[in-house]
Amino acid sequence: MSLTRDEINLPQVTGCAERPVLKQRGQHEVFCGLTGIMWLHRKIQDAFFLIVGSRTCAHLMQSAAGVMIFAEPRFGTAIMEERDLAGIADMHDELDGVVEKLLARRPEIRLLFLVGSCPSEVIKLDLGRAAERLAVQHSPDVRILNYSGSGIETTFTQGEDACLAALVPSLPPEPDQAPAALMVVGALADVVEDQFARLFEEMGIGPVRFLPARLADDMPSVGPNTVYLLAQPFLTDTARALEERGATLLQTPFPLGAEGTTAWLKTAADAFGVDEDTFNNVIEKPKQRAERAIELHREKLEGKTVFFFPDSQLEIPLARFLGNELGMVATEVGTPYLNKRLVAHDLNALPDTVSVSEGQDVDLQLDRCREERPDIVVCGLGLANPLEVEGITTKWSIELVFTPIQGFEQAGDLAELFARPLNRRTRLEV
Amino acid sequence: MQLTVWTYEGPPHVGAMRIATAMTDLHYVLHAPQGDTYADLLFTMIERRKKRPPVTYTTFQARDLGGDTSQLFMDAARDAQERFQPAAMIVGASCTGELIQDDPGGLSKTMGLPIPVIPLELPSYSKKENWGAAETLYQVVRTIAPQGPDKIEADYKSCNIIGPTALGFRHRDDVKEIVGLIESMGIHVNVVAPLDASVHDILRLKQADFNVCLYPETGLTTCTWLKRQFRQPHTKTVPIGVNATIDFMRELAELAEIPQDECEALIEENEVRLPWYSRSIDSTYLTGKRVYLFGDATHVIAMARVAQKEMGYQVVGMGTYSRELARDVREAAELYGVEALITDDYLEVEEQVQNLQPELVLGSQMERHIAKRLGLPCAVISAPVHVQDFPARYSPQMGFEGANVLFDTLVHPLTMGLEEHLLHMFRDDFEFNDAAGPSHLGHGSSKTVSAEAKDEQQETTSNDPLSWTLEAEKELKKIPFFVRGKARRNTEKFAGEQGLAEITMETLYEAKSHFSR
Repeated sequence: MSLTRDEINLPQVTGCAERPVLKQRGQHEVFCGLTGIMWLHRKIQDAFFLIVGSRTCAHLMQSAAGVMIFAEPRFGTAIMEERDLAGIADMHDELDGVVEKLLARRPEIRLLFLVGSCPSEVIKLDLGRAAERLAVQHSPDVRILNYSGSGIETTFTQGEDACLAALVPSLPPEPDQAPAALMVVGALADVVEDQFARLFEEMGIGPVRFLPARLADDMPSVGPNTVYLLAQPFLTDTARALEERGATLLQTPFPLGAEGTTAWLKTAADAFGVDEDTFNNVIEKPKQRAERAIELHREKLEGKTVFFFPDSQLEIPLARFLGNELGMVATEVGTPYLNKRLVAHDLNALPDTVSVSEGQDVDLQLDRCREERPDIVVCGLGLANPLEVEGITTKWSIELVFTPIQGFEQAGDLAELFARPLNRRTRLEV
Repeated sequence: MQLTVWTYEGPPHVGAMRIATAMTDLHYVLHAPQGDTYADLLFTMIERRKKRPPVTYTTFQARDLGGDTSQLFMDAARDAQERFQPAAMIVGASCTGELIQDDPGGLSKTMGLPIPVIPLELPSYSKKENWGAAETLYQVVRTIAPQGPDKIEADYKSCNIIGPTALGFRHRDDVKEIVGLIESMGIHVNVVAPLDASVHDILRLKQADFNVCLYPETGLTTCTWLKRQFRQPHTKTVPIGVNATIDFMRELAELAEIPQDECEALIEENEVRLPWYSRSIDSTYLTGKRVYLFGDATHVIAMARVAQKEMGYQVVGMGTYSRELARDVREAAELYGVEALITDDYLEVEEQVQNLQPELVLGSQMERHIAKRLGLPCAVISAPVHVQDFPARYSPQMGFEGANVLFDTLVHPLTMGLEEHLLHMFRDDFEFNDAAGPSHLGHGSSKTVSAEAKDEQQETTSNDPLSWTLEAEKELKKIPFFVRGKARRNTEKFAGEQGLAEITMETLYEAKSHFSR
């Protein structure tokens, strides 16, 4: 099927219904954007992420990555030392030396990200300039880009947003006359990506391109004929950058669960004029599988209350899934940042009884959580065990980012992630 | 600028956190951005502590930088004091906080808080975690201890135990073992600090006759100061291994004025099994095993002595990342005719291990990674710590029971191989837990074998009763290797039950859905 951009049926732009959002400013108990490197370096298989930062950054990466890394990872930290800060050494010369050494050791690297950190941002080290300078030196073998994953600017998944936003200007241009093409934006597990690609293919939408691609040289091209679906809700800056390149957003619920995935696919199908029968035929079996798998967990989760501490910006779509598809009752849904345009559908699906909060004062939020005593709390690793000690069941939020949860075939896995902690509690008799 | 992937030590403010978290009523207000809160998980996840560390982070953001970040700090400090009601507070900055130069120490002085506030200057760009811990303990003791009552003369001898912290390698069990040992000699333990100590306990430090410097990395600065200030001598021997424990007891006897024959009689009473196990003929295969050691200075020095003198191994190389104690490690290395490697670059360690080709590596989790890559047996004897280093069972490194533990620790990797480690490591992981893990690394194999390659091999040689379509086979490959075997078996079982002759991708997912719980 080959359509021009004008033949695309854009979904109606949905706004957010008015609802109060609790905003508090206190201690944030969240990761910084550097943590995104953990999955991005697995996703883009010939990219290296060089953090320009401090010992704290390196320590964060190894503490959070822990045992997940088998081989020598494709990330590292250029640790700034006293002599760099005191001006005894020229920081740019030093960085050039580090990059030189690194690329000599890892000749397979085709894309290098210089990743800014809190200290590099505070001293205003210009990594953009460094990337330009180094690009001249190492082109065409290695492309060099920069973004900031600093905790003063980014929270956890916003690191991926910053990374992809940095990639967008370097994407090859799509010719103006090119037929309309669908791009799926946001890192997905390879297996999920392939499932989606197959479904789109069967609907006759294709070829669908994914950002980020698995290899630096396979990044999709973009232009005014590009329409894109977000696979992840946290891509505010990436969406903006794509729009600057002329691409158009298909606003949609996120592909979590049977309903979420159906709606997400349907948005694209409608845009590309896929007829109802074809669409239903394509999704029938996998959708049934998803429903079946969800049903297995529904009994255990229905009516249970859930409380979200802010973490990944996946909270709103997750709350939608848990509420609509599993019958759970969200009490508070905290998110580090609320982009009402991107999560409008999921947000509107939340009942008014749900309290939405943005940002955090962790001590006050813990007070609310203890008061409510929800059946399950979604929170970060720093809070989980202390809450368990108080008798509150928790689900580590990081697992929702590191596990394939999108799409039909993963809907059951996603439900199981919430069922397991409750299941465990009922089993244990110690 | 130093390029690194892994680091042996965290930044110095993490050292300060280890002191604050170890104590019962000390609170740390840290001027730091939000990402620095990751450090909480070291304590709640790795050490499985039941409470959040007593740390308040100001979590300033970029938009605060133009404004008043000092006010942010003062608000955080005041809120923390009111909410947590600590007996004392330490204040300082992380690496980024240091750059914005708000001077938390100076600010807190102006606030008139009703508790002692101890400012910390921990240079993040030149110092590291252990230094930060040692400095913090020293600052706390220096501020609090002189306020305590003067020493009351007693008719018994008493000591403080200085150095055990939160997140320390087996500190919890070492303290229990050593307190027992000291008390068995009739010496009273006055205060253990900082582990489980209150600020009030710090006030009582003066009451002891001498100090036991249990971990020089974190305790020596304080012990040296206490010696100067209150004329309390301190022990020099770290009681790891049979001989070191005996030396330690003799040192205690001298400090506590216990007659020599009484001390020797106590030493005779011990029931340590290591000497007999080592002499048992079963252990002859251990003779001259080439061993390489790397870790913190305390554990490397002590463990080299155990390996060489008590296990009959041959030390072929050793080193440390504890630059502050490099001289001690160099001296120890000379005893075994090797030159110590002093570095915090794990690549240098890896290179040395590769060149020396030892039969056993004793190191930290970092060396465990290195040994895994090189297919060498390894036992973990030092921080940096990992969730595995906080075993549920009582497992001290120190004293006579510690020596028993060490015998097992130093022998088991040789008999069991590395794969056990790997499997244990992943047993609790969400994706790995059900997999009956295959043997990843050939036992005693000396070349690098990637677990994945091995798994692939096994897969291709298994004879399938059912045929897989190319597409389905490709899809199966995308499933992580550690659960792939199970996915294959389940799919085939499912196909068999359904009477299918061919497995398509559809079958794969039908099976997944079928077996999904």
